[in-house]
Amino acid sequence: MEKLVVVGAGMASGRALEHIFEEAPGRFDITLFGAEPRGNYNRLMLSPVLAGEKEYEQIITHDAAWYEAHGVHTRFGETVTAIDRQRKVVVSKDGETPYDKLIIATGSAPFIIPLPGKDLPGVMAFRDLDDVNRMVDVSRRPGAKAVVIGGGLLGLEAAAALRARGMEVVVLHLMGHVMERQLDPAAGFLLQRDLEARGIKVHCKAQTKAILGETQVEAVALEDGTVYGADIVVMAVGIRPETRIATAAGLHVERGIVVTDQMVTSDPDVLALGECVEHEKIVYGLVAPLYDQAKVLAKTLAKVDAAFRPVQTATQLKVTGVAVYSAGDFADAEDREEIVLRDAQSGIYKRLVLKQDKVIGAVLYGETGDGPWFFDMIRKGTDTRDMRDTLIFGQAYQGGAALDPMAAVAALPDDAEICGCNGVCKSKITGTIVAKGLTDLDGVRAHTKASASCGSCTHLVEKLMAITLGDSYNPTAVKPMCPCTEHDHGTIRRLIVAKGLRSIPEVMQELEWKTSCGCAKCRPALNYYLVSEWPGEYEDDGQSRFINERVHANIQKDGTYSVVPRMWGGITTPNELRAIADVADKFAIPTVKVTGGQRIDLLGVKKEDLPGVWADLNAAGMVSGAAYAKGLRTVKTCVGSDWCRFGTQDSTGLGVRIEKFMWGSWTPAKLKLAVSGCPRNCAEATCKDIGVICVDSGYDIHFAGAAGLDIKGTELLGHANSEDEALEIIVALTQLYREQGYYLERIYKWAKRVGNDSIKAAVIDDLAKRRQLYDRFVYSQQFAQVDPWEERVNGKDAHEFAAMAEFGLPVAAE
Amino acid sequence: MTEWIELGAVTAVPLRGARCVNTPSGKIAVFRTAENQVFAIDNRCPHKGGPLAEGIVHGTSVTCPLHNWVFDLATGEAQGADEGSVRTYPVKVENGLIFIAPDVLIAMAAE
Repeated sequence: MEKLVVVGAGMASGRALEHIFEEAPGRFDITLFGAEPRGNYNRLMLSPVLAGEKEYEQIITHDAAWYEAHGVHTRFGETVTAIDRQRKVVVSKDGETPYDKLIIATGSAPFIIPLPGKDLPGVMAFRDLDDVNRMVDVSRRPGAKAVVIGGGLLGLEAAAALRARGMEVVVLHLMGHVMERQLDPAAGFLLQRDLEARGIKVHCKAQTKAILGETQVEAVALEDGTVYGADIVVMAVGIRPETRIATAAGLHVERGIVVTDQMVTSDPDVLALGECVEHEKIVYGLVAPLYDQAKVLAKTLAKVDAAFRPVQTATQLKVTGVAVYSAGDFADAEDREEIVLRDAQSGIYKRLVLKQDKVIGAVLYGETGDGPWFFDMIRKGTDTRDMRDTLIFGQAYQGGAALDPMAAVAALPDDAEICGCNGVCKSKITGTIVAKGLTDLDGVRAHTKASASCGSCTHLVEKLMAITLGDSYNPTAVKPMCPCTEHDHGTIRRLIVAKGLRSIPEVMQELEWKTSCGCAKCRPALNYYLVSEWPGEYEDDGQSRFINERVHANIQKDGTYSVVPRMWGGITTPNELRAIADVADKFAIPTVKVTGGQRIDLLGVKKEDLPGVWADLNAAGMVSGAAYAKGLRTVKTCVGSDWCRFGTQDSTGLGVRIEKFMWGSWTPAKLKLAVSGCPRNCAEATCKDIGVICVDSGYDIHFAGAAGLDIKGTELLGHANSEDEALEIIVALTQLYREQGYYLERIYKWAKRVGNDSIKAAVIDDLAKRRQLYDRFVYSQQFAQVDPWEERVNGKDAHEFAAMAEFGLPVAAE
Repeated sequence: MTEWIELGAVTAVPLRGARCVNTPSGKIAVFRTAENQVFAIDNRCPHKGGPLAEGIVHGTSVTCPLHNWVFDLATGEAQGADEGSVRTYPVKVENGLIFIAPDVLIAMAAE
């Protein structure tokens, strides 16, 4: 396979990867570098996240499972610092990565005006999730003030979102009216009035002089003497292509990295796309042309002819309650005419710019439903002579009586563009709904990409679904667990309990499964729900478990396994280490590695050797570390009061105690814990599923952290005065998660779904409930705490570890 | 060709499971479905070489343990959006024993 390295994990490269898997499946071994410590998400939707209308999880476009399923080696959080084109390698902090083909998709960097004070803490851009998180943190302070420099699309979205978070917000804009690149002065004025009605101060013609502050931003001063107080200053004045590594590598770079119609740079093995490139002297910043580039780039890699051509774009402002739409060219000129509709009372302004009876530009404010219709006319150059009198009133008023909104969508021509971001027309959506039998919005988004980016055309897509599907379309439909059933996870869990269903075939029969024996998605989920609901009664179905949980080791890319024995709380002994060393020698185990969970991983064990390896480890007193399990993994500890001069409690002892108490338990997803002996937190407990921070007065119990594809600090659940109480709270919390979590839902996602308050109520406030949860966990442990290695050393599942038959070279046929 | 080659008892393969047969040119995975049907395919996913015998068996399909490609055991064709196929081998069950056609093994040995 050819080695393809992708530098930059943004929306353009994310889309390009999708097309590459379509155009040239299996052809490339792909490594993806991203400077952010996370995969691709829909950057256009950061404004709703900032405003608190959406959660980050809702805007992820490619999750860990997607990268894994497509075999993409992800290197998130790792910046590529150089490209050596002679040797065909890229350089990053972990060394060199070779490539046959390279894609540069480094995007753009926010432009920071070189003002005095620009480096003060509190001055930030609005570009990625980290920026959003920083802004949200500051917005939580009572009376916090924000100054947004830049009254363009991005600046105004930021301003509206920060205002929605309760901050005092001032927008400073250099030009005479806001969004001057998309709006004419009249619409700009209406927008400013609407923003001011929300309590956002808009200061146009603002010449910023300096950002003031000692150790932190305090205010912004203008040339005219005005001073605005500020806890944060958001710079949203523009972006510039991020071309530094391309320039350093000697590629042809002007404003952006220069590419051909085929998205190839001046080096035939280096391609580039996105906001970092320049095509025919144009640098694109909107998503629609970037998606076109992604399509072309994938075709080029697949050696299929394709060419990127400049495209027209339309813009919509994503501020809830404000409707702005603009497309095309709306500047005044001699040879142009305009049609304007104003209704100051209801805040509606529409302006069409015509040239030779064709619409060439449209600005809509307050009422933007006809935007796609006008945009369609702009793209097609429709002759408007016959409808000139009623054109401005929109599509509904063409040809007689007013149409209802549904009929207006139904009346759109088949090739009318519905989703501007992704260039999806009406017939593609309706055709795909029918061809693929789609019934929900997610399905339409997955198959057509329509409304999957900025989402502003969602209402149109929903109307098309209603028109196409008729009464069978139910917009609030549940998301089924998998294609085998109509039910979602929550319903299935509930019905298992309510109907007392005690086996997978029973669940499938009773809940009317559509397949004979499920699939690789639903069977492991059902198996977990039954294990968790009926301890001691339900017989675990090994054939419904993923291979790792079936053979109690982790499958590796080459079909060998890795073996991790438990080291309680990260504590080991010379004898254990000797046994591990002996096993590694005896079975010629190629790699011995220390894990992040404070234990030792033996990698590259052949499947048939597993029972032998386990037998030797068992003999030295070690059991399975369950490093493969959707269950209790590790309890990481620091040395605590035993050794550390700062330790306040015996964190190691507590960690060992928790691990010995909880090992063997199955949970919806993996469960990692840590105990730190003081707030210095050397065991890194505050990014774990459950973490304990020991303090002088006892134990702070934290939970719902994440340190994988998502990074999230834990939240404080409560305080325990004694080790016993700490253990009881942790166990009760785990049991609640076991009972409520959906399969593969990590604890932080579960907490977000059910709400921290309901969790606190059950395990902190209500002592009786806590005790019941604790007791149920203890009950189930008596069936769970069996070392799976020992069972298999003693012959369980022997068929797993031996071939059924062997054939030597001369086949025994004659 | 002459006689079919015996691989072992049907019951040696778990229901909704698989066992491997080692040959000089690689492993063949022998599957047994919930309905007691027996299939044999190459134990190598065309995507990244995943050992298909370790996958979850559902209906007459198996899901590769490495990246979740799904294959039809009867045709060897990848299902869903993925494209590719694995080689299938004729097998039959008689008197509770699984047999594989001999010609494929000879062909494999000759490769």
